[in-house]
Amino acid sequence: MINIKNRSLVSITDYNKDEILRILDIAEGFEKDQRQKILSDYVIATLFFEPSTRTRLSFESAVQYLGGSIVGFASPDVTSVTKGESLKDTILTVSNYSDLIVMRNPMDGSARYASEVSPVPILNAGDGANQHPTQCLLDLYSIRKTQGSLDNIDIALVGDLKYGRTVHSLVQALSLFNTTFHFVSPESLKMPSSVKTGVKKAGLEYHQYTDFMEVIPKADILYMTRIQGERFPDPLEYEKVKNAYILDNSMLETSKDNLKVLHPLPRVNELNEDVDDNPKAYYFQQAKNGVYVRQALIAAILGLK
Amino acid sequence: MKDKRTELKVSAIRSGTVIDHIPANTVFQVFKILGLNDTSRQVYFGTNLDSKKYGKKGIIKISNKFFEEKEISKIAIVAPTATIIVIEDYVVTKKEKVNLPENIHKIAKCINPKCVTNHQDVPTSFKIIEDHKGTMKLLCKYCEKTMSQENIEFL
Repeated sequence: MINIKNRSLVSITDYNKDEILRILDIAEGFEKDQRQKILSDYVIATLFFEPSTRTRLSFESAVQYLGGSIVGFASPDVTSVTKGESLKDTILTVSNYSDLIVMRNPMDGSARYASEVSPVPILNAGDGANQHPTQCLLDLYSIRKTQGSLDNIDIALVGDLKYGRTVHSLVQALSLFNTTFHFVSPESLKMPSSVKTGVKKAGLEYHQYTDFMEVIPKADILYMTRIQGERFPDPLEYEKVKNAYILDNSMLETSKDNLKVLHPLPRVNELNEDVDDNPKAYYFQQAKNGVYVRQALIAAILGLK
Repeated sequence: MKDKRTELKVSAIRSGTVIDHIPANTVFQVFKILGLNDTSRQVYFGTNLDSKKYGKKGIIKISNKFFEEKEISKIAIVAPTATIIVIEDYVVTKKEKVNLPENIHKIAKCINPKCVTNHQDVPTSFKIIEDHKGTMKLLCKYCEKTMSQENIEFL
């Protein structure tokens, strides 16, 4: 059952498997023919209450490739939010000026709340540390495009698996497919039990490692994330592990031919720049795929695809 | 010593509510969430009493007080084994185990300081779930964080 039209997207779990695949199929169409002017009568609002490079620009670029118009802000400093206007009032006001609202907001749960009060659909572009479903969809798109399918994939997720919302959503979404998970992290940043239970319930396998090298030859996808020093209660412990999960080009020698390296970006030092020239590096293309996926979401939610 | 007492005698109440089978370690929490430390009504309570079913239990009797569904939901979260007994004119008119509701609204505060419900005028809403160990947790409808029973702050 596919029901995307006029529905907000707050969390990746709002979509079932068929709906996810439908979005990926539409995105594929936009990759082949990106400049379809189907949004010429539409206005999209982009409300960014906190900074973003990739997400905001790729949403705005998606709207413009489709011939739509954009209203919005890249920082709340220039809006009535500084006068203390509530989120509800901001959403109700902006919904008068637009057909769909794309929102990033630092408060966890703000997107769900906005979707309840808004008469137009809300597309969550990140609500604090909670959800970022368009990142998850572009990751799925990148995996399917590079591997030909979302089934029978060995994915290694590396780095901060405890706090990273991106990896949690990705594991949840990939659990709808036949995936084998390899979780690589320091002891103190292991994947939470709740996420691992979800994998087990889906009847899938996961393996845990602290040694990075061991997993490289097994992976079809190497999904790198950043380890943030401030996550460690003990700075000494951070010093011990901070260089253990840095990927450089020589480490890819033992990898499979079809391996692709993904990263949600921005990177700090966990991906050495010498990886960039390796054809297995896919993270900038991954960011580009974000435009096709966001075009697909906007078009499908507005009922144009 | 025929008349040696083996049970604690607590006065019966004429009208009101008895909360029985409270886990012994949560009696004071129940007391607090019902605001009984600040009431003018007669209240009797006991804790660490022998119970055939639970080993140790607590009991609270409140005169002339009948609880609404919202308060019973609070009791169910803190003391899921509790039984609510309604007494009118010394007669038990209703006796039933508390039921854990599927969802609770406007009862508890979200523990996540970054949750939208702690910054905007949004009524809180939680789904009652079990974690992978079978322990009861509250899942915030908005920020999707879970909190365990001991961290619940009631509104």
